[in-house]
Amino acid sequence: MTEQTLSLPPAAVGRTARPRRNAWRAMSWAVFGMGILYFALPLIGMIEFSLRKRRGTYSLDAYTSVLTDPQFQATFAYSVVMSLITIVLGLALVLPTALWVRIRLPRLRPVIEFITLLPLVVPVIVIAFGYLRMFNTSSFLPMTGTVTGTNVLLAFGYATLALPYMYRAIDNGLRTLDVQTLTEAAQILGAGWFTIIFRVMLPNVFTALLSGAFLTFSIVLGEYVFAALLDRPAFGPYMIWTGGNKAYEPAALAVIAFAITWGCMGLIQLAGRLFPHTRAKR
Amino acid sequence: MAYLTITHLEKSFGTTRVVRDFNLAVEKGEFISLLGPSGCGKTTVLRLVAGFEMPSAGSIQIDGRDVTGLRTTQRNIGMVFQAYALFPNLTVAQNVGFGLKVTGVARAEIDARVAEMLRLIGLPDLGGRYPFQLSGGQQQRVALARALAPKPRVLLLDEPLSALDAKIRVSLRQEIRQIQQQLGITTIFVTHDQEEALSMSDRVVVMNGGVAEQIGAPFEIYNRPATPFVASFVGSHTAFDALVVDPGTGTVTLGGAQVTLGQPMSGKAGSMVRLALRPEAAHLGRVAGCETVLDGRIAQVNFMGAIIRLTAMVGDTALTLDTFNRPDTPPPPVGSAVEISVAARDFITLGAS
Repeated sequence: MTEQTLSLPPAAVGRTARPRRNAWRAMSWAVFGMGILYFALPLIGMIEFSLRKRRGTYSLDAYTSVLTDPQFQATFAYSVVMSLITIVLGLALVLPTALWVRIRLPRLRPVIEFITLLPLVVPVIVIAFGYLRMFNTSSFLPMTGTVTGTNVLLAFGYATLALPYMYRAIDNGLRTLDVQTLTEAAQILGAGWFTIIFRVMLPNVFTALLSGAFLTFSIVLGEYVFAALLDRPAFGPYMIWTGGNKAYEPAALAVIAFAITWGCMGLIQLAGRLFPHTRAKR
Repeated sequence: MAYLTITHLEKSFGTTRVVRDFNLAVEKGEFISLLGPSGCGKTTVLRLVAGFEMPSAGSIQIDGRDVTGLRTTQRNIGMVFQAYALFPNLTVAQNVGFGLKVTGVARAEIDARVAEMLRLIGLPDLGGRYPFQLSGGQQQRVALARALAPKPRVLLLDEPLSALDAKIRVSLRQEIRQIQQQLGITTIFVTHDQEEALSMSDRVVVMNGGVAEQIGAPFEIYNRPATPFVASFVGSHTAFDALVVDPGTGTVTLGGAQVTLGQPMSGKAGSMVRLALRPEAAHLGRVAGCETVLDGRIAQVNFMGAIIRLTAMVGDTALTLDTFNRPDTPPPPVGSAVEISVAARDFITLGAS
């Protein structure tokens, strides 16, 4: 038996192996095609539906309606500003922390990672009620008593929600660098911490920072619970309200949100191309 | 007074003492190598001098000034790292000029100094390239230029050649030494490669277990090792146990023959002493001037190009000896009986066995 198997000519082996390989390839393509359909069909359906506001013909009426709605403009602008504030807040919190943990406290990394994951484990509504209880008008720090105070509270809430994504993005960026040695190389050349962070680390994790920033942007743009409970005019509650009161506009809004997300992803790619050293690392 | 003085330096991490009572005085312009196996504390000493670590005890003085308590940024020391540590986002010229820029030197002065440094390392046209566009050897030369650009008082080299391939390592070590001599900069070089340490340094510090076992010129370290560790770590040798006959004249009995080493030894008559012999100190056949002749049998022949390393069994001891390769004289075959000549003065006394 063994001898027979060994004496098979190479051509015979090829005859049995090739159809099997072709079958595998066909199966791979089939799975890939199904995946594409799974993701693309709802999108296509949604886009198609968003174009059917005018009876009998395709039109951009739903988009016009959304984009000219003053409430859309106000809530969208509010959320964009809030997301920018959240990004700055998140970066200011996460970048030095991640750097410090990598350089000085590597043993604390699991603890920090656990803390940054907590917002994924603790439901947003719990965090929101915790904030309301801690900072309501009758508390020691009545932040909800003023509009500015509530906005600040909302920004902190958003920064908490974005923490897992921001930390992971920056930490992954730092992982591609020999942070310890680069820091020491900069220090021995006379650089202080400001120079190390802004001239050495930040440019080298720029694409990672952008990923973190755009993820934060997407989260803030779609966030509902915090904004609704703190009664702020954000884009998330507006989307929910539109969904409950209009037919075609929610679909148009969803398409706009997708377009913004894809635009952000495109910007990350573009940023990678603009910085030659980051392109080389990939 | 020495330019760099390290006095009673100690460093512990938790309960582990990594550096123990380390003392070293380095003259201005001297090239010192810290040589030792992994974990011997040589890199820790370098990091203490750089200011990356604070000593548990002891002091470091540079040019008469105590720098022990100073931060790294205040010490004006240059350092080249094993992993190059060039800033990936900066070009070669920006990397070299980094130290000058952070200290607020004028732009024109930076440009002139960068050009000078790039000429010094032989890469005058690569200022616009990024580190990823350079080979390992080029990157390390840029790292050297970057360390030298701010005119540091002391240059520290932390195994700068370890990540390079053998050929570049040899050429770059010659280049580093040449640049160091040209600039006359006081340099401490950390390596675990004895060949690098012996070929580049004015003096070598052999470290073991956080202690400097011997400090001396390469010739002295190799030929007169102070401890068994130095003898075994620097170069190779064959160790023999010999019976002391007359400690005053250094006469011992070795393999049945009486050998007078010509230098007094500390052991008493009748005690055992350990002797070492370098491979190049043992000669095949009878050689004039070598008063000790040992009978042996060839056990192994290793052809290494210019040198042939033979292992001969002398009694129970495997003795290693080197002979130069001569095209007209093939090495003795394995199993053949040979005579091995040794000059008594070539035996190194390692102490009581």
